[in-house]
Amino acid sequence: MTLIKTSYNRRSFLKASTAAGGGLMLGFSWLASCSPSKEKLITMPDSWFDINAFIKIGENGVVTIFSPNPEIGQNVKTSMPMIVAEELDVDWEYVIVEQAPLNTVDFQRQVAGGSNSIRSSWDALRMAGATARRMLMEAAAKEWDVPVTELTTEKGVIKHASGKTIGYGEVSSVAATLEVPAEVEVKDIKDFKIIGKPTGNVDIDKIITGKPLFGLDYKEDGMLIAMLVHAPAFGMTLKSFEAEAAKSMPGIVDVISVKTAPDEKTWSDNNAFTEIVAVVGKTTWQVMKAKKSLSIEWEWASAPESSYDHEKKLADSLKEPVAKPERIDGNPEKAFKEAAKVVERTYTAPFLAHNTMEPMNFFANVTADKAELTGPIQTPENLRKSAASLLGLPEEKVSVMMTRMGGGFGRRLYGNFGLEAAAISQKVNAPIKLVYTREDDMTQGLYRPAYAVKYRAALDKDNNLIGFHVKGTGIHGSAVYANRFPAGAVNNYLAESVGVDSSITTGAWRAPRSNFISGVESAFLDEVAEEAGVDPIEFRLKLFERNMKDPVGEKNDYVAERYAGVLKLVREKSNWGTETPGVFRGVSAYFCHNSYVAQVVDLVKENGTPKVKKVWCAVDCGIVVNPEGAKNQVEGSIVDGIGHGMFSSITFKDGTAEQQNFDKYRLIRHSEAPDEIETFFVESDIHPTGLGEPALPPVVGALANALYKATGKRVYSQPFAQKDIVLG
Amino acid sequence: MASFELQVNGKKHQVEAEPDTPLLWILREHLDLPGTKFGCGIAQCGACTIHFNGTAIRSCATTVSSAVGASITTIEGLSEKGDHPVQQAWKKLDVPQCGYCQSGQIMSAAALLKQNPTPSDEEIEGAMNGNICRCGTYVRIKAAIKSAASEMN
Repeated sequence: MTLIKTSYNRRSFLKASTAAGGGLMLGFSWLASCSPSKEKLITMPDSWFDINAFIKIGENGVVTIFSPNPEIGQNVKTSMPMIVAEELDVDWEYVIVEQAPLNTVDFQRQVAGGSNSIRSSWDALRMAGATARRMLMEAAAKEWDVPVTELTTEKGVIKHASGKTIGYGEVSSVAATLEVPAEVEVKDIKDFKIIGKPTGNVDIDKIITGKPLFGLDYKEDGMLIAMLVHAPAFGMTLKSFEAEAAKSMPGIVDVISVKTAPDEKTWSDNNAFTEIVAVVGKTTWQVMKAKKSLSIEWEWASAPESSYDHEKKLADSLKEPVAKPERIDGNPEKAFKEAAKVVERTYTAPFLAHNTMEPMNFFANVTADKAELTGPIQTPENLRKSAASLLGLPEEKVSVMMTRMGGGFGRRLYGNFGLEAAAISQKVNAPIKLVYTREDDMTQGLYRPAYAVKYRAALDKDNNLIGFHVKGTGIHGSAVYANRFPAGAVNNYLAESVGVDSSITTGAWRAPRSNFISGVESAFLDEVAEEAGVDPIEFRLKLFERNMKDPVGEKNDYVAERYAGVLKLVREKSNWGTETPGVFRGVSAYFCHNSYVAQVVDLVKENGTPKVKKVWCAVDCGIVVNPEGAKNQVEGSIVDGIGHGMFSSITFKDGTAEQQNFDKYRLIRHSEAPDEIETFFVESDIHPTGLGEPALPPVVGALANALYKATGKRVYSQPFAQKDIVLG
Repeated sequence: MASFELQVNGKKHQVEAEPDTPLLWILREHLDLPGTKFGCGIAQCGACTIHFNGTAIRSCATTVSSAVGASITTIEGLSEKGDHPVQQAWKKLDVPQCGYCQSGQIMSAAALLKQNPTPSDEEIEGAMNGNICRCGTYVRIKAAIKSAASEMN
């Protein structure tokens, strides 16, 4: 056991009890009706006792654990409660999980983003479970009149040294009234029983039977449907609209325009279209039809942009001198001058849409003195702040409830749809659910930035890497991480960033910046290693060794030993170095979100086209909370990376996206996915690090390197399948 | 507005709607069956897949008027207790991530196995290519279909 100080005070617990038992519970009847899965055959208790904001326990020992963070498919609704249950020491079979609402008093960082849910809440979740366990033990000690030190627990049962036992449920009513202990013990990692055990998704029964779970499934009595029209091009704003025809159509209640930019903004308020036209009516189809009959005039506020201009601007920006580099070690200029060989390559990648399968939507019921917002949002706290500002309500009068989300990928970090729903509800004075069409969604912006990067490597006559230069640009921003590998392993190093401005909005897209820079770095290092005549894994290992022995510079973000560790693991597992006829291999490695991933892609030719047969993946993400969910994340990230690297792009003509639905925007499909993905986790007792994102970025590089082996040609511009791939 | 009699999940329903209303919205909003999902509206993503006289079709591109007289099955009616072999395989292999596309995937997979109880990898890919999974659970979906096939045979 490890003793830790609790960060709770009595006051916050009392508040938590009110929150869990009072008004905020209302939405739960729909969202997470406490119906246990059929196989568990749990008898529901007559009363619940709130032990803390995370936990309530019924008199019969059934436990409800509230999952604080938004669920976007990263499976935290299973893994976060697993951590609480571990320290509470209960039988997982008797645990019911519910989504917690936004509650900034009792929960911290209720955000789905940055692969950060588990790593930022690890201590808090353990503490919540351990504190409750301690309070239950104290209640039993009181009941039996024995010292608490004579008690132990196992699977929801408290045992005394004498042999007598009592269930958590039997002491939960007393435990709920006790003072919160100042210190509690948490388990030794070696004693974990739930953490580390493959555990099924807590919502699986509802998902496979089509129960309402998602924002789009949400409804309330009297609710109307709203759809919107935003400007058809970036750079355009609303001039006027004519709505009489639409208003007379069946089921239509109103056609309005609303402004949606709050006075006080958060970083989530990145939105190109802050004045929209909305149609409100009874059913989605009626509203959809009426929307098409609108006649709206738009006007240009800035010049229309096209992909041709973007490409030129990106290329030009890479030629601009940079006044202040992001990092400089040694004397790069001298190294390149004295080099025996210089390798220089430029890589590009397009805008990408997030394309969550569930289009943007949100429910809002705004009345004179309060607002209820329910729906799929990765940043509920930011939405509450901005909605309060937009609606002119105090923040405490705005409630936000998260539904399960049909994907996030970063799109739902930006809550414009929540504000739009709120503004529409306020103006029509009715509860509404805003529904985007796929086209509304794909043309709204907030894309993965379009990127370009130029790499240069200097080799001496013995093929040692003596200089490295990376210069990145993008719309908007650059993908360069100046302190990541190979920084710290090369004597002469230069990292520079420039950027191009645009009216097109961009934002975080799964593994921001890493999703581009990792793949192209892996492709470039592959080419440099080839130029040096060294195996690409050996080439990297030598650099890691250099960093371990004698690091260059002070600030290097990675631990070389762990980086090298995953490369060695994937080398061993994939039998790297053995040749199989007809199989073309590429390797990559990357560090992001505090985790390390190395991958080998095995590519084959199928009916003349390249097909990924197998991906081998080694991951070091510290302690793996749920091995089943973790593997699923890795597999999904790999498919996501291959798909977007290979097929997807958003291009522009006159300010308008040329891809507006899945007929033109190509997402990876069943037949294009790898036949097999094998994942190996490094055994570790380091606290968990990110996993929702880190396995995506490197696979683009391993794929590029395997394509080179198959075709004899290097690929420099994504998506790789935009031009015919000629198989060698 | 017109009145249509529909046969959904073994029950008769009378709905009032405009004849061109896609079956998707009738199911979701008139019959309170939200398991069938909206993804694209143009029959490109498969999230709205249902069984129409036993065949997997996209309900977003099928009008209510064309559904009269047909036997329609949605994810809610695939099995009485949620224990169709395909649903069980999905649970056994813990397939979903976000879960949004999965009812469509399950309906496509169930229709495939009914028609072809022992599909090859290529036949699985052919039947499932119309169903996009943005989370990329394709590897697990294929494994689950094979698992369900072996349970059913």
